[in-house]
Amino acid sequence: MAQITKGSSHEPATIYIKPSTGLAALNLKDLWAYRELVYFMIWRDVKVRYKQTMLGAAWAIIQPVLTMIVFTFLFGRIAKLPTDNDIPYPIFSYAALLPWGMFVGALNQASRSLTSNQNMVTKIYFPRLVLPLASILSGLVDFVIAFVILIGLMIYYGVTPSLNAIWALPLFLLLTVLTALGVALWLSAINVQYRDVNYALPFLTQFWLFITPVAYSSNLISEKWQLIYSLNPMAGVVNGFRWALLGTNTGPGAEMAVSVLISIVTLIGGLFYFRNMEKTFADTI
Amino acid sequence: MTIAISVNNISKQYRIGAAQQKFQYGMFRDVLMDTLMTPVRVYRALRGQGMRGTTATSTIWALKDVSFDLEEGKVLGIVGRNGAGKSTLLKILSRVTEPTQGTVTVRGRVGSLLEVGTGFHPELTGRENIYMNGAILGMKRAEIDAKFDEIVEFSEVGQFIDTPVKRYSSGMYLRLAFAVAAHLEPEILVVDEVLAVGDAEFQKKCLGKMSDVAQQGRTVLFVSHNMSAILRLTQEAIVLKKGQLIKRAPTPEAVDFYLSSGQAESGQRVWEAEEVPAASQPFRPVAIRIKDRSGNVVDTVRSTEPLTVEWEYQLDAPISALRVGIYLSTMRGEYVFTSFDTDDARQYEQFGARQAGRYLSRCEIPADFFNEGRYSLGVNASSFGVKRYFMDENALSFNVDISGAPGTQWPEVRQGPIRPRLNWEIEKID
Repeated sequence: MAQITKGSSHEPATIYIKPSTGLAALNLKDLWAYRELVYFMIWRDVKVRYKQTMLGAAWAIIQPVLTMIVFTFLFGRIAKLPTDNDIPYPIFSYAALLPWGMFVGALNQASRSLTSNQNMVTKIYFPRLVLPLASILSGLVDFVIAFVILIGLMIYYGVTPSLNAIWALPLFLLLTVLTALGVALWLSAINVQYRDVNYALPFLTQFWLFITPVAYSSNLISEKWQLIYSLNPMAGVVNGFRWALLGTNTGPGAEMAVSVLISIVTLIGGLFYFRNMEKTFADTI
Repeated sequence: MTIAISVNNISKQYRIGAAQQKFQYGMFRDVLMDTLMTPVRVYRALRGQGMRGTTATSTIWALKDVSFDLEEGKVLGIVGRNGAGKSTLLKILSRVTEPTQGTVTVRGRVGSLLEVGTGFHPELTGRENIYMNGAILGMKRAEIDAKFDEIVEFSEVGQFIDTPVKRYSSGMYLRLAFAVAAHLEPEILVVDEVLAVGDAEFQKKCLGKMSDVAQQGRTVLFVSHNMSAILRLTQEAIVLKKGQLIKRAPTPEAVDFYLSSGQAESGQRVWEAEEVPAASQPFRPVAIRIKDRSGNVVDTVRSTEPLTVEWEYQLDAPISALRVGIYLSTMRGEYVFTSFDTDDARQYEQFGARQAGRYLSRCEIPADFFNEGRYSLGVNASSFGVKRYFMDENALSFNVDISGAPGTQWPEVRQGPIRPRLNWEIEKID
């Protein structure tokens, strides 16, 4: 939509505004120029999130822990679902609930990020990507808080993570963020015109939970379906977390590659879709 | 001279749907119908025809082939009625929205005061909001650090700087918001009707800041309905009408042109559907008229006769605490008075809450009130402290003829906007 050419230090930058035609360029340079805004938006989200709540940041722990307890009771005790390597069910599910909670939280926040910052979108120019990106990254704080509980659980159950965890966990966390961003770009852009997203999202995440090995082990899926099953990038994420933390046999392999590939395709598609819709955000929101 | 802004044939097309008439207040039948119509709507949406809930969509040109150049350091006024395309032009210049056609070249950072308070979060303190807002406006952190004290001082909220802004009064909130925007120091400043808010003292400060900016050799675009502010602050102005640039001239000439051509509609102003912003819903102005004693719609009234102002409007849904009223001002932008139809407490009790329907609010301005000249009638429909549904500061203008008024035996210009017939008593006391 607009190009900026930097002049010499005394010359102000010249901006050319014209209708964009065809596929919009990603213009990530512009996003980089606004990195401080991303930082401030994350800071604002974190600062404001638990304001005027009684339990405050404890919510970041309560949500996954309560879910873990319910899952343990339902699937561990009553349904007696087997875990990999006889890992205790609570820690088995918690290791999956961590990235899953991050993913769902990110989708919820990010898909609404444009509509809830409507006055910014209709009044000021800035790369719109800042909004979904910042709301996803601000979820990392909750992730870190919830992670402390995981460490406690591991000590309690005497589980030692493999050395892989050191390099692999950040990578799988990155995969979670990229997957969430990819999906959120689509959803937030659609949400600008069709608020149906707000109603559809709870179903989407609920359904998604069923096809992701959070409550059960992906080893329960028969061999011939494994590749199709891993078309869900979150399956790769959860399997990766369990592999790195608990030493299950769900580590990197063909399935994981499929998950990563799908995640990247979704992200790139989302970026282009978002950039293309971006030019009419201020008019249709 | 360097050109700061060069606008070449820009046009902006908007798609408008028929005003969205969704169900009101739990009318079960409407909800049911809406549900049953879903497949049709989805089909239309998938074929790319328009937005939620609207049936037929059509397009309008909010701007059409507008071109102008503006030299660096100039202050340009932009005048035009509601819906003339002023805001669209500013939005394109500040890159919020893209033009449909045409190009713009802008030399330097564009900062605008239409973004006052954008991104403010009620839970954050004044200090935090300054940083947040500064970042949104494109300031670097170091830049905000450097100007922080100045911003706080300008805003006059010093002692509350670490209080969440949700505890601020609306005046404090506004001052803080404006202070940040005013210290952005862009090469090009866009000012859109900020002067409609805040108290007189604050407005003076804003105008002062604006002329400072202009004197520092930066370029300013100033949009206002207040002709006296336009006259005072700009040397040159453009007039927009229905999306087209119809005049560019030195300000006094442009203002004169605007007031005499665009305004005079023979004592009556009728609002077309596209002139009414969607945000006005459920209030819809229909027409405002000036009538003389015999009930004729007139453009010129005699000061020795009473005149009647009639405002016709439609409520598409009930509105509570409604007040519908007029502002009267001179052509130089000085207010003469403001009056609302529910100013009277009993009247308010009876008509504060109004059902949907077509209404007429009428008032009589007594004889021997106006002085000679042309007056501007503004309109406002609002619920105090809740929402301003519709406002147009220059809805209509009319002439006043003073033949027969007090003191007309002397052919001189009398100062002041009113010319009352006062009861003078003359006594010899010594």
